Amino acid sequence: MDNRQMRLDGNALGGLLRELFAADVTAARGACAGCGAVGALGAQHLYMHPLAPGAVLRCRGCDSVLMVVVRGEGRIRLAVQGMAWLDIDDRTSGLD
Amino acid sequence: MLTVPGWPGHRAGQHVDVRLTAEDGYQAQRSYSIASAPAASNQLTLTVERLDDGEVSPYLTEELRAGDQLELRGPIGGYFVWDLEMGGPLLLVAGGSGICPLMAMLRRRAGAGGSVLTRLLYSSRSWEDIIYREELAQIGAAGTGLQVIHTLTRAVPPDWRGRAGRIDRKMLADVAWPPTDHPLMYVCGPTPLVESVADALVSLGHDSERVKTERFGPTGG
Amino acid sequence: MSFVSRGFRGRPRDQAEAGRLPPGQHVVQDFPVLSAGPTPRTPLSEWTFSITGAVDQLKNWTWEEFQALPTERITRDIHCVTKWSKLDTHWEGVSVDTLLQEVQPRAGYVMAFSDGDYTTNLALDDLTGGKAWVAFSFAGEPLAPEHGGPARLLVPHLYFWKSAKWVRGLQLVTADSPGFWETYGYNMHGDPWREQRYSGD
Repeated sequence: MDNRQMRLDGNALGGLLRELFAADVTAARGACAGCGAVGALGAQHLYMHPLAPGAVLRCRGCDSVLMVVVRGEGRIRLAVQGMAWLDIDDRTSGLD
Repeated sequence: MLTVPGWPGHRAGQHVDVRLTAEDGYQAQRSYSIASAPAASNQLTLTVERLDDGEVSPYLTEELRAGDQLELRGPIGGYFVWDLEMGGPLLLVAGGSGICPLMAMLRRRAGAGGSVLTRLLYSSRSWEDIIYREELAQIGAAGTGLQVIHTLTRAVPPDWRGRAGRIDRKMLADVAWPPTDHPLMYVCGPTPLVESVADALVSLGHDSERVKTERFGPTGG
Repeated sequence: MSFVSRGFRGRPRDQAEAGRLPPGQHVVQDFPVLSAGPTPRTPLSEWTFSITGAVDQLKNWTWEEFQALPTERITRDIHCVTKWSKLDTHWEGVSVDTLLQEVQPRAGYVMAFSDGDYTTNLALDDLTGGKAWVAFSFAGEPLAPEHGGPARLLVPHLYFWKSAKWVRGLQLVTADSPGFWETYGYNMHGDPWREQRYSGD
């Protein structure tokens, strides 16, 4: 078995990220700091499992790490240095 | 079927995160696609497939009783969604339980008197394993421009004249709209199926931005 | 958190005999496949293991040369930072002491590096004295790719993220600096017996 068969995509991170961003970001478009490819977060490869140390979102083009989310001890660490930028729809951000 | 006080409504394709807490504080969380059509109601339907070695699905399918409470978060998703205004033609490709979010789209379409040209290519192990089989037959026969194409991968009924075998590039070349029609495509199910279908659609000339994917993981449950 | 899901128990979470499990851990019978990225697929004909960095003599083994080294069979408990432990796991591998025999380390820290850009940092002390191996066999079979094959680092006295899958070498460094998970908030040391899970622990 290959981990590629087990991977998910950014859609599965949508719930957690919505709590952090106060907006849905699965449709948000980001640029990979590695290869420059631009795409929706929901389309990127996600390595995430309840028993794994954290969730790793990778660029579907070059496999570079875009984002890492680690939860523990009452804190969530979000690392986004793998994305050059992220565009979020302003009309849907903020309070529902 | 869940009743959620204050439910804000949802878009077809969205999902919810369900969290279970045991008495000792242990928690488990899973995502489930909303199968019901968007509606002005506080009720929504999740379709859960029981996995033999699952931790959450056996609880939801066997233990949960009417009147029990569930913790859930949602609706979630802005990428893998289809609204009527987005138009078509639509190509929906499902493997196994991947049909769930696509069912919400089909129900949305049907409930609005849907005329968007739509083809559903649905891969199941056998005739008995097809989820929503009767409902798909009904809406597929309603003459509204929806074609339901099944393919069976493990066992076919004796008089089967439909497709058999896994979805591959050739089957997609036969079934999909031509790229010049600029279809919107949604692919959902086990990760290997989603990735091979998405790659094949792009290799057939479709715009990768119009191929939307939702991976359910290795088994697709 | 006061909400309890009536009747939900979750997977069996066995406890082992007192004193055997580090704090906060529970025993599992299966071996979860967990990774931070796609399974690397380096052919054995291209595989090498290297000792680099602050050493007197850089050292390199091909797969054939590696297989010719003396090996050990070990049985250990392993403990993951996400609280699952697996008891009496059987491995075969080359002791890191064997690998370091012909090199003179000139520094006290190591960055283990793997295919797929995974890294993890360890003190040299945690890799020597019979505490660490480069393992190529699990439960009597060649180590499967999804579990880190052809070879992974095995350091059972630390949380299992330090047992880097798809390991390709050890770089000796003078200062301890964070590897992959350590950068994202996990502990630089990772001792399960002192529950050193996160960077503040």
